[in-house]
Amino acid sequence: MTKPQTISVTKPVSEDLPEEKFNELESFIDHLETTKGALIEILHKAQDIFGYLPRDVQLYIARKLGIPGAEVFGVVSFYSYFTTKPRGKHTLSICMGTACFVRGADKVIEKFKEKLGVESNEITEDGLFTLRDVRCIGACGLAPVVTVGDKVYGRVKEEDIDEIIKAYRG
Amino acid sequence: MASTRTNIMVCCGTGCLASESEKVLKNLEVIAKARGYAEEVQIIKTGCFGFCEQGPIVKVEPDNVFYVRVSPKDAKDIIDEHIIKGRKVERLLYMEPNENERIKKQEDMPFYKKQLRVALKNCGLINPEDVYEYIALGGYEALGKAITKMTRDQVIDTVKRSGLRGRGGGGFPTGLKWEITKKQESDVKFMICNADEGDPGAFMDRSILEGDPHSVLEAMAIGAYAIGADKGIIYIRAEYPLAIARLNTALKQARELGLLGKNIFGTDFSFDINLKYGAGAFVCGEETALINSCEGKRGEPNFKPPYPAEEGYWGHPTCVNNVETFANIPSIIMKGADWFAAMGTERSKGTKVFALAGKINNVGLVEVPMGITLREIIFDIGGGIPKGKKFKAVQTGGPSGGVITEEGLDTPIDYDSLIERGSMMGSGGMIVMDEDDNMVNIAKFYLEFTMDEACGRCGPGRIGTKRLFEMLHKISSGKATMADLDALKQLAYMVKDSSLCGLCQTAPNPVISTMKHFWDEYVALVKDEDHPQGEGRYVPKNKIGMKS
Repeated sequence: MTKPQTISVTKPVSEDLPEEKFNELESFIDHLETTKGALIEILHKAQDIFGYLPRDVQLYIARKLGIPGAEVFGVVSFYSYFTTKPRGKHTLSICMGTACFVRGADKVIEKFKEKLGVESNEITEDGLFTLRDVRCIGACGLAPVVTVGDKVYGRVKEEDIDEIIKAYRG
Repeated sequence: MASTRTNIMVCCGTGCLASESEKVLKNLEVIAKARGYAEEVQIIKTGCFGFCEQGPIVKVEPDNVFYVRVSPKDAKDIIDEHIIKGRKVERLLYMEPNENERIKKQEDMPFYKKQLRVALKNCGLINPEDVYEYIALGGYEALGKAITKMTRDQVIDTVKRSGLRGRGGGGFPTGLKWEITKKQESDVKFMICNADEGDPGAFMDRSILEGDPHSVLEAMAIGAYAIGADKGIIYIRAEYPLAIARLNTALKQARELGLLGKNIFGTDFSFDINLKYGAGAFVCGEETALINSCEGKRGEPNFKPPYPAEEGYWGHPTCVNNVETFANIPSIIMKGADWFAAMGTERSKGTKVFALAGKINNVGLVEVPMGITLREIIFDIGGGIPKGKKFKAVQTGGPSGGVITEEGLDTPIDYDSLIERGSMMGSGGMIVMDEDDNMVNIAKFYLEFTMDEACGRCGPGRIGTKRLFEMLHKISSGKATMADLDALKQLAYMVKDSSLCGLCQTAPNPVISTMKHFWDEYVALVKDEDHPQGEGRYVPKNKIGMKS
């Protein structure tokens, strides 16, 4: 693998992908001891910076590391943690672990889909929420669990849903 | 620590943090200070107590009083009543669901009575962010003993004789794995800790890393010494931010004290550990897939052999062990192989941590000696089924395991007895189901999980799990015929026999075992017009290929 420091890559800057964000990513990559095996680490960082991993960012990373874009996309699409779509202001995650499932998480998620008018991994029209179903966040004592950002709602019932949404829509 | 008369321990595991235990902690500190008790009372942030159902947990020592479901408002009463006036706050004490008496002491609680803590011994007892608390309870003594007083073969021999088997689910003897890796001739070897806990409904490893991170670091160093590695990696899920933060703190402290790094304890043994983050893929719990992921690639498994012990991380001999396996090591080194081997059954020694969840009164983390029965775990420790409902089945081993019904409840559990029952130990998830749950839907839930998580490397895994899921969907929507049930069974065995790695070889287990024990529920969905759908009525997440 070519050493990244030697490659100068044009940054595909656009309105949504400002140059300073690319600079931050570039400096992170340049400061790595080695890029051998660091692709996942770099993608984590890139998702932190940009919020998601659009095609242009993936291609930028590929060129910077001197690897094919397909290899980067292969990794991005393999792992569920990486997303290629922008996120809403709040990520609303519904735990679909087994413990939550047997305590009724399936009804809760259906209700959220109905109320927000979106499917999983979609963003609401007002850009406020991204709805996600996640695998076990480990708070099984509070099943079923819904999280909005860092805030955790435990023992959620169908009737609580309006209130949760209202807390963010104001 | 010496000048304080009372310690107040507040659980700050993920479960309790979710119900505002951090605010409880802050309020306790503020009020203790305001009342002038800051010097006398020490407020400690600990890892998981295990009793997650009743969180947030607050324990007062040395009075040994155990408060449950403490809200931030209750901090005032704990300080004003308990600490200042010496009166227990009755309303916060734990009450047994079936008895009307409040229980004050931890050891009197049925939840703790039958537990035996080895891997979790420090969880809920020490502040995981303070290395000195770990050292005060004998931490890093085992590492010192291993590298200064024992040869590498002696360490391996001790672990071998203890009978410790891999706690990630496979049950491979740990000592043997170490021996095989040690025998490889190579200048560079790696010790990897598998903290990619992907089984939905299992949180053993996370609780250990959050509650007692140093025990894992210490054990990795001991293992590295034995196999001859000088570099370690902890592969951890990115979804565990708290565990990652505590590990980073622990690594920093251990390096500062020279417990990791160059020439540990003045010997010529050097060892350091890096963290690698997963990105959400269940298959990465399989060791070859995990190694691929550590290398920054897609986490697809490789064909074995060669085993990682021969050719692992970047082609070097690599030993991969699970978090809970490591957590047992320091005690084995200190107390000896015989002590450990005295616990458990003939072929499965020691204890096992289970994450008890689902339709059960006491959701939480329990550690029990091998050989205990499921009945004891579910009804004595777990407190039985809520709302007086009837027990139906328990799923062990997560998506790779199977269901065990009433008749299997009295089998002493170990690796082998669970496999005989058509399930497996797995990493330790234990989901209890009651009479309302429809078993076809449960099977379908697990199949959707494995279908989503199958990596796509082999045909049986990629296509087979999808077809299994579609067939289950057809059955549960009442459109199947009896011929479909036969086809389902046949395909299940086909996928089991022909998949590349453990994930898809075990994926059909939920189907096979529910068909075995609950055949009538499958038949009912085919034959009855008014079929019993149960509470867990299933709505598929993605509708690709679903024409119903």
